[in-house]
Amino acid sequence: MSLFSTRTATPQTGPTMAPTPDSAAPSEPAGTGQNRPRPDPLADQRHKLADKPVPVIDCENVDIYYSDFRAVSDVTMVFGVNEITALIGPSGCGKSTVLRSLNRMNDLIPGARVTGCISYHEQDIYGPDVDPIEVRRRIGMVFQKPNPFPKSIYANIAYGPKVIGMDVKNMDDIVEEALTRAALWDEVKDKLKQSAYGLSGGQQQRLCIARTIAVQPEVILMDEPCSALDPIATARIEDLMDELREEYTIIIVTHNMQQAARVADRTAFFTARPSEDTGDRTGQLVEYDATRKMFSNPGDQRTEDYISGRFG
Amino acid sequence: MATIGAVATAPLRAGRAGERSGTSIGFLVALWAALAFALVCLATLLVTAFIDGYPRLDGALFTRYSSRVIPETAGARAAILGSMMVIVTTALMAIPLGVAAAVYLEEFADPRRWFNKLIEVNLQNLAAVPAIVYGMLTAGFALTVGLPRRVVLSGAIALALLILPVIIITTREALRSVPAEIRQGSLALGATPLQTVWRQTLPSALPGVATGTILALSRALGEAAPLLLLGGLVFVTYDPNGLMSGFTTLPIQIFSWTGQPQVEFRQVASAAIIVLLGLLLVMNALAIVIRNRYQRHW
Amino acid sequence: MSTLTAGGGSSSGTGPRRGNSSIDGPSIQRQSARYGERLVMGFLISSAGLSVIVTVGIVVALLVPALEFFREVSVWDFLFGTRWAPTFANSDFGVLPLITGTFWTTVIGLALAVPVGLGTAVYLAEYARPRVRKTFKPALEVLAGIPSVVYGYFALAFVAPVVLNNLLSLEVGTYSVLAAGLVLGIMIIPTIASLSEDALTAVPQDLRQGSLALGANRMRTTLRVVFPAAISGIAASIVLGLSRAVGETMIVALAAGTQARMVDSPTSNGQTMTGFIAQTATGESTPGTLTYNTLFAVGLLLFVITLIINIISIRLVQRFREAY
Repeated sequence: MSLFSTRTATPQTGPTMAPTPDSAAPSEPAGTGQNRPRPDPLADQRHKLADKPVPVIDCENVDIYYSDFRAVSDVTMVFGVNEITALIGPSGCGKSTVLRSLNRMNDLIPGARVTGCISYHEQDIYGPDVDPIEVRRRIGMVFQKPNPFPKSIYANIAYGPKVIGMDVKNMDDIVEEALTRAALWDEVKDKLKQSAYGLSGGQQQRLCIARTIAVQPEVILMDEPCSALDPIATARIEDLMDELREEYTIIIVTHNMQQAARVADRTAFFTARPSEDTGDRTGQLVEYDATRKMFSNPGDQRTEDYISGRFG
Repeated sequence: MATIGAVATAPLRAGRAGERSGTSIGFLVALWAALAFALVCLATLLVTAFIDGYPRLDGALFTRYSSRVIPETAGARAAILGSMMVIVTTALMAIPLGVAAAVYLEEFADPRRWFNKLIEVNLQNLAAVPAIVYGMLTAGFALTVGLPRRVVLSGAIALALLILPVIIITTREALRSVPAEIRQGSLALGATPLQTVWRQTLPSALPGVATGTILALSRALGEAAPLLLLGGLVFVTYDPNGLMSGFTTLPIQIFSWTGQPQVEFRQVASAAIIVLLGLLLVMNALAIVIRNRYQRHW
Repeated sequence: MSTLTAGGGSSSGTGPRRGNSSIDGPSIQRQSARYGERLVMGFLISSAGLSVIVTVGIVVALLVPALEFFREVSVWDFLFGTRWAPTFANSDFGVLPLITGTFWTTVIGLALAVPVGLGTAVYLAEYARPRVRKTFKPALEVLAGIPSVVYGYFALAFVAPVVLNNLLSLEVGTYSVLAAGLVLGIMIIPTIASLSEDALTAVPQDLRQGSLALGANRMRTTLRVVFPAAISGIAASIVLGLSRAVGETMIVALAAGTQARMVDSPTSNGQTMTGFIAQTATGESTPGTLTYNTLFAVGLLLFVITLIINIISIRLVQRFREAY
């Protein structure tokens, strides 16, 4: 039976997949305000978090520069397949920079360069023979402000498969599947030919997610996807992320700690350190662990300070 | 010396330094006069041309050819057809080249490199070069490659070179107005930059591009100076029949007739002016309609 | 056929495989050479480069015949001679008469266009209500769109006989630099007006409000605060108007005159550089002859003069853009 046929427009009906990252400890992680319903035991087992993430993207000693300014220094971490990983930290700590580097969207900024190694399935994505277009087809991105194209809803979804040369037998089916997976099909199935700009903010963001899904990536990057949305739309997107985890790997940047605690399996905390010589702030990775552990028993004092609100 | 108390208690009448002062009003009147003068000039010009030319807005104007000796039945048929043929050819050359150059400069070129800066300054310069110089350029070019000077193709080349900088500049502005998020959304899906431009950016910028192009073409329609240098166009009495055919255009015909001593030639010249202004009005109205109806406000 | 399966089914189409082994990852090497795209990029780059070629072409096209010309006529005689009679048996090639013709028409034109253009700009930018602006700005654009040959007709058929001879009772002939200059001025009013208006509206409101708050009236605010703040843009507009006046052909060809002489008063006729080019070109001009080369020598001079003016204007516009 398809999971998705039970989804309706309203959130939190029926058996929900609660976003608590692991099944072991019964207590809620510190710092989360909302009380989500307890997951059923079956769901718990499905989301048993491995001790070590099975790597899909691997960062080793990564520094990111804009011309001479070092924006991010020495990041080493592994993003696990079929997990939701959150990057959190105060503003200016480089988390969006790191995210954009993972699918080479950072290339668009003049003067941006990456040292160290970011590898996707053991292939260095900045290698000499690597085509950034191919990288982006495997690693998609959803932006902070929903950015649908000025076309119809149908055309928005159909655009990706068409331009990447995907072998398409029936575009209607692809559009329907993508919209269904993004939990948007029921709301728009009667108005596929209408302009995407007629949708609400939350719907537009789900449209952007559907658009990304349509090209069948393996990883979906999300740069503060809910910061432009109201709380109800945010909750829907978080539910969606939870469902998408089955098929995809999700890496999300968020400045909302509670969101990270709600949805993420693992969390990486970044901070910005003023450099000695110039005074510019360089981002660095402080701690990276299972979300449960980060929020209840962080290893580093800076993480503790941030999570408990002492700074941020 | 007025003390503070005295000033504060003085009545708040409109004083000498206020908006009602003599110089202020005089200033405002001068400004009105300036605007009124410009408008009066425009009105006089249009009325003069219309009154002079209206009697000659007859069938002969459109169906007959020019004449050196009988102005009463001279017609602008060759000129009207020639203008249309030249403008279409100009459009076919200038639009693809102009849009392509604008796309490259706006979407692909790194603005910090020196040759891109050179191209920018160069374009601004070319936009201000006198029109007649473009005729001289085309004459020299035609001579070098063995193209005849007095043919439709050469005329179209001269006009296309004239309006190319304008088309490039207005297309760039239209492309610039498309928000970056659209491009980023497309690239993030795995589209190439070229696919992004062709399928997203350029279609979104199309109303602005169309408006700028139509206005540039309407300018080309009214130009005579660049074509004069191609020689021998002022007296043509046949329909143009191809790119390599001799031709004349409305502005040149008007120039030729206006320069004749007989008053009747002035009259048919003003009739041709009415036709020319009518064509320009249609083109400009089209551009404005496109801008108002289709222009996207992001 | 794509399927609506729950997670774990195989995906349709070409997509990455899902696996737990990192070695299974799909290739991110360049998949296809994308030759079509390279061709298109080549076309785009060539189009952009075309503009540079055009400039080079202009210089070459002007230089080649001009150099031929200067083999027969010395540069000194050309630039400083006062008799221009290139087609006569007793020919002279001093270009100063043409320069005086251009000078007079330009000066008269600017004398008309600068006050009217600036006045219109100040009114529209500082005083006019939005509805007034919306009505009259298009009128200016119409003025800007009228072809110059129509202005030439206007000068010859109306300004010279009716305005100058009848209304103002000046004794001018059919041709005069005054008639041509006045109409030239009318033609460049929109250029000065619209660019100056842009410069004025770009001045931030805070400056105006600061002045008004001190008790100055609008006239003082405009003249003493806004105008100086916008001076780069206004200067740029005047210089651009100057460039257009110098390069304009049809008006002066029709109304200024066809005889080159050292012009010394507005009511006399004369010929401008552009007028000479137009007149000679409409005659039979065979390449290789001295007449043809003379054309290009004058054209070269014209190009150099407008180039200098344009460079000044571009610099001024850059300073105006940087200011805000």
